[in-house]
Amino acid sequence: MLSKFVDRNRRPISALAVLAVLLIAFTIANPKVFLNAQLYTAVFTSLPLSIILAVPLVFVIAAGEIDLAFPSVVGVAAWACALVIQAGGNHALAALAALLVGALAGLLNGLLVTRAKLSSLVSTLGMNFFLRGLINLGTRGEGIPLTAQLSDAPFRFIFAGELGPIPAQMFWAIAFAVIGILLFSYHKFGAQVCCVGDNQESAREMGISVEGVRTLTYVYVGLAAGLVGILSNALNLIFWPNTGDGFLLSTLAAVFVGGTPTWGGVGTVTGAVIGTFTVGFVTTGIIAAGLTGFWTQFFYGLVIILSLLGHRFNQPRYR
Amino acid sequence: MGDYIVELRNISKSFGKTRALTDVDFYVGKAEIVGLIGDNGAGKSTLIKIISGVLTPDSGEIYVHGKKVEHWSVSAARRAGIETVYQDKALAEQQTIARNIFMGRELTGFLGFIRGRDAYNEANRLMRDIGFTSKVFSPDSIVATLSGGEKQGVAIARALYFDATLIILDEPTTALSLTESEKVFGFVRQIKQQGCSAIFISHNVYHTYDVADRFVILDRGRVVMSAEKREIPSADCLVKDLQDIARSGRPIK
Repeated sequence: MLSKFVDRNRRPISALAVLAVLLIAFTIANPKVFLNAQLYTAVFTSLPLSIILAVPLVFVIAAGEIDLAFPSVVGVAAWACALVIQAGGNHALAALAALLVGALAGLLNGLLVTRAKLSSLVSTLGMNFFLRGLINLGTRGEGIPLTAQLSDAPFRFIFAGELGPIPAQMFWAIAFAVIGILLFSYHKFGAQVCCVGDNQESAREMGISVEGVRTLTYVYVGLAAGLVGILSNALNLIFWPNTGDGFLLSTLAAVFVGGTPTWGGVGTVTGAVIGTFTVGFVTTGIIAAGLTGFWTQFFYGLVIILSLLGHRFNQPRYR
Repeated sequence: MGDYIVELRNISKSFGKTRALTDVDFYVGKAEIVGLIGDNGAGKSTLIKIISGVLTPDSGEIYVHGKKVEHWSVSAARRAGIETVYQDKALAEQQTIARNIFMGRELTGFLGFIRGRDAYNEANRLMRDIGFTSKVFSPDSIVATLSGGEKQGVAIARALYFDATLIILDEPTTALSLTESEKVFGFVRQIKQQGCSAIFISHNVYHTYDVADRFVILDRGRVVMSAEKREIPSADCLVKDLQDIARSGRPIK
């Protein structure tokens, strides 16, 4: 019974092991590191946004593709949301606009990959520049302050309020992750995503719309980016043209550290959530442990390489 | 005639100047395993591609379940219960057996969620039906951990689940060891037990002799021999017939 559980959850368990090793290492370096409340505040503010982005990225990667455009999709979605709020529009409409713009940008990414048959690596890289370029042109590099409109609005409470010590965005992240786990492991969509990424010829032969499934994974990322855009505006009370930029490498790293391999066909949403914690704790843990910020990249690299080695030996590689 | 699942009459097919098939008559009866034998270039693939709807013949008639068909296509063949199992590209190897069997036709319930227990039980039943006796494998086993013959078995089980009445097996034992081939023969016999038919394509006469009820030999695009198993005492006789055909290029009466 236990061995069956371990067998089925090999990837998230090894991701959890990596996180445990990291936490132990930080504790040894400075036993008081986890008594530092600042660490948790820092982690819980940005971490939920990373989790929300990491979940659908698992679907894209398991379907055999990659998405490098999501940071700029967060940007355009947040921008759309900010513009509606600035124009005095309904806040629910602003949230809806963010989700819609995110989904449309995701759809465009998906169509470039599946219909125009571009390489996802290059086309989404291009889209990341292109969308960010649009934001820069449109805003002339200036932020849109939202303090006046949002300070006392329910929008702020729903997306960035606090319930006790836990920030609202953490609830959004948990809900998003739970839905992601259910979709990936227990839903037709997740099953078809894995079959498409595993062997697209056989998936097509069995009547799965390979292009349709892949496009949907990009729309899913777009929706997540839309939600992150909303949360980001609500948290910062200002829209910055570079909104979302910081997520690119750390979120992708979190997915891979979490145990989703690069070759498609398999993945783990639970692992990606754990991976997000691992990557999140690297930065904050280093500071809290009293090391200088110069160690950050060094530890990032170390954690990524070590976890990939761990996954490599802990799971069979079929191809 | 009404007893045939598929019947081809006077089928001819050319590719440019090459005549791949000339006036071929071919049929498959109910619960019958037909061994289709022939050398490379004899026209085996062209024939099965016509049956599975991939190719359209230049002339001739196709009857399915006794009715003449006009617009034969891959999807029409599927609807008529004709499934082809190709050797390589059939399975998603990193997925479980159950997921492979239900690929594209997931058993779903509420909001598209998969009915996991139903899928498991149904896959289990299919595997037992087709003769997976090993306790090592369950529907949750990853396909990549199976041997070559067992993978064929999963592909055959899937075809049966898709309500196939005729399963075309394209070179199922090529590149398989003796014991693995033996497993595939077991699966093929189970197809017949389930009341379904199969076309077993191979250029290995011994493999075909073991498993088929009737043999059809193709040579240079023509059917040169069609015989029931009881008419041929041993695989060696069949080999001798084949050699005679290859030498003379003439059909055997």
